[in-house]
Amino acid sequence: MAAENTDIELRLLLDAIYLKYHYDFREYAAASLKRRLTNAPGRFGCETLSQLQHKVLYEPAAFAALLSLLTVPVSEMFRDPSYFRSLREKVIPILRTYPSLKIWVAGCSTGEEVYSLAILLREEELLERTLIYATDINPQSLQKAAAGVYAVDRIAGFTENHRKSGGRASLSDYYTAAYGRAVFDKSFKRHIVFSDHSLATDSVFAEVQLVSCRNVLIYFNGDLQNRAVGLFRDALCRKGFLGIGMKESLKFSPHGQSFVELVQGDRIFQKGNEP
Amino acid sequence: MRDAAALPRQIDAIAIGASAGGVEALSVLLPALPSGSQLSLFVVLHLPRERPSLLAEIFAPKCALKVREAEDKMHVEPGTVYFAPPDYHLLLDAGPQLALSIDELVHFSRPSIDVLFESAADIYAERLMGIILTGANDDGAAGLATIHRTGGVTIVQEPDSAQVPLMALSALRQTAADFVLPLEKIAGLLHSLASRELKTKDTLRKGK
Repeated sequence: MAAENTDIELRLLLDAIYLKYHYDFREYAAASLKRRLTNAPGRFGCETLSQLQHKVLYEPAAFAALLSLLTVPVSEMFRDPSYFRSLREKVIPILRTYPSLKIWVAGCSTGEEVYSLAILLREEELLERTLIYATDINPQSLQKAAAGVYAVDRIAGFTENHRKSGGRASLSDYYTAAYGRAVFDKSFKRHIVFSDHSLATDSVFAEVQLVSCRNVLIYFNGDLQNRAVGLFRDALCRKGFLGIGMKESLKFSPHGQSFVELVQGDRIFQKGNEP
Repeated sequence: MRDAAALPRQIDAIAIGASAGGVEALSVLLPALPSGSQLSLFVVLHLPRERPSLLAEIFAPKCALKVREAEDKMHVEPGTVYFAPPDYHLLLDAGPQLALSIDELVHFSRPSIDVLFESAADIYAERLMGIILTGANDDGAAGLATIHRTGGVTIVQEPDSAQVPLMALSALRQTAADFVLPLEKIAGLLHSLASRELKTKDTLRKGK
């Protein structure tokens, strides 16, 4: 009975969020969403999801807090170093042949992956001719991403990852540390546009040579995953590249047939011939 | 505590959680399942997060069932053992299909046993069996309680027989498990569960 009610309340809450705020979580993967939401009412001083729904409808500030709970969590810089190594070795040589580059980091959260790519591109001397679109649905995450400031206690892990990824310089060349925070070089931001974009409801906004969207698709159900993969295909130029999370797959998505796998273990795909 | 023969009903899936000493314990349990069994098994074993896991490669040659590392959106097949990949939570979604997440660590662990058990209980309810093995962590205790609450069968390795008893002890503090058994007895129970399942299938076929 209680479990059945939870499922009903959860659906109604997602409908309410969509109708009121136009954020569409209705096609997110149910298990993770349910896990995140099950404990949410208590954090908002509510007993049930129905009470939380009421609060969210009448208090936009409560919705902003809930949005952070619902969106994809913090990543780390150069997470999965071998992915970045493969980009460096297999993708960069081809990107080098373009006179100017556009790259889309979809679901950038608080920006760790964006700066990782920017650093990689600077080391490969490509950043000067590159524009990175970094998009997310959560305005608070985007603000943090644009600030490019991370707690110093995370830097040791980032540095180790960067080294394993084949980094050509020391990570410390790219930030200044003060008051327990590492501030990444402002010059990166000339090449990054942070912008609000939803893979669930928005469409393609530019033609790009590389899309990096890692550990975002795991939070979508099959239909939404396919929608996102369709957007990536449409945004990519001919023979453009798509990088996804190490345990993600395109084989369960019909639009995935538009891609061929370039680096198998590291989940880097290339847009193939149009079907 | 119930007797192995008294297993109440049809079981479709088994979720297993283990930590320190888990590889050895699983080496006793998983090979006990005979080929032809239609059970699906999901395993969370705590491992270092930064290294790729070789669990599927280690266990495949020892098991009669198929052994896979879980991938996101993979459809759950009968007669298959799925290992959670390192640094991802493994969850069950409607279908049933596998789901992964990089949500925060639970009990300092990703994958977490609680996350697996709670989501599997949601999908399989009374057709799920949950097993807690050796380990030095509280992970899995809350999840096993959920499996119990949704009508599933709960098994805890007898703490004295576990390489590290802490995980079994904390599971038992939260749930009066249906079975508390040494490893060999759990293996025997899995074997008889699978044999009963095969026999039922046989009877059905002959009945036609």
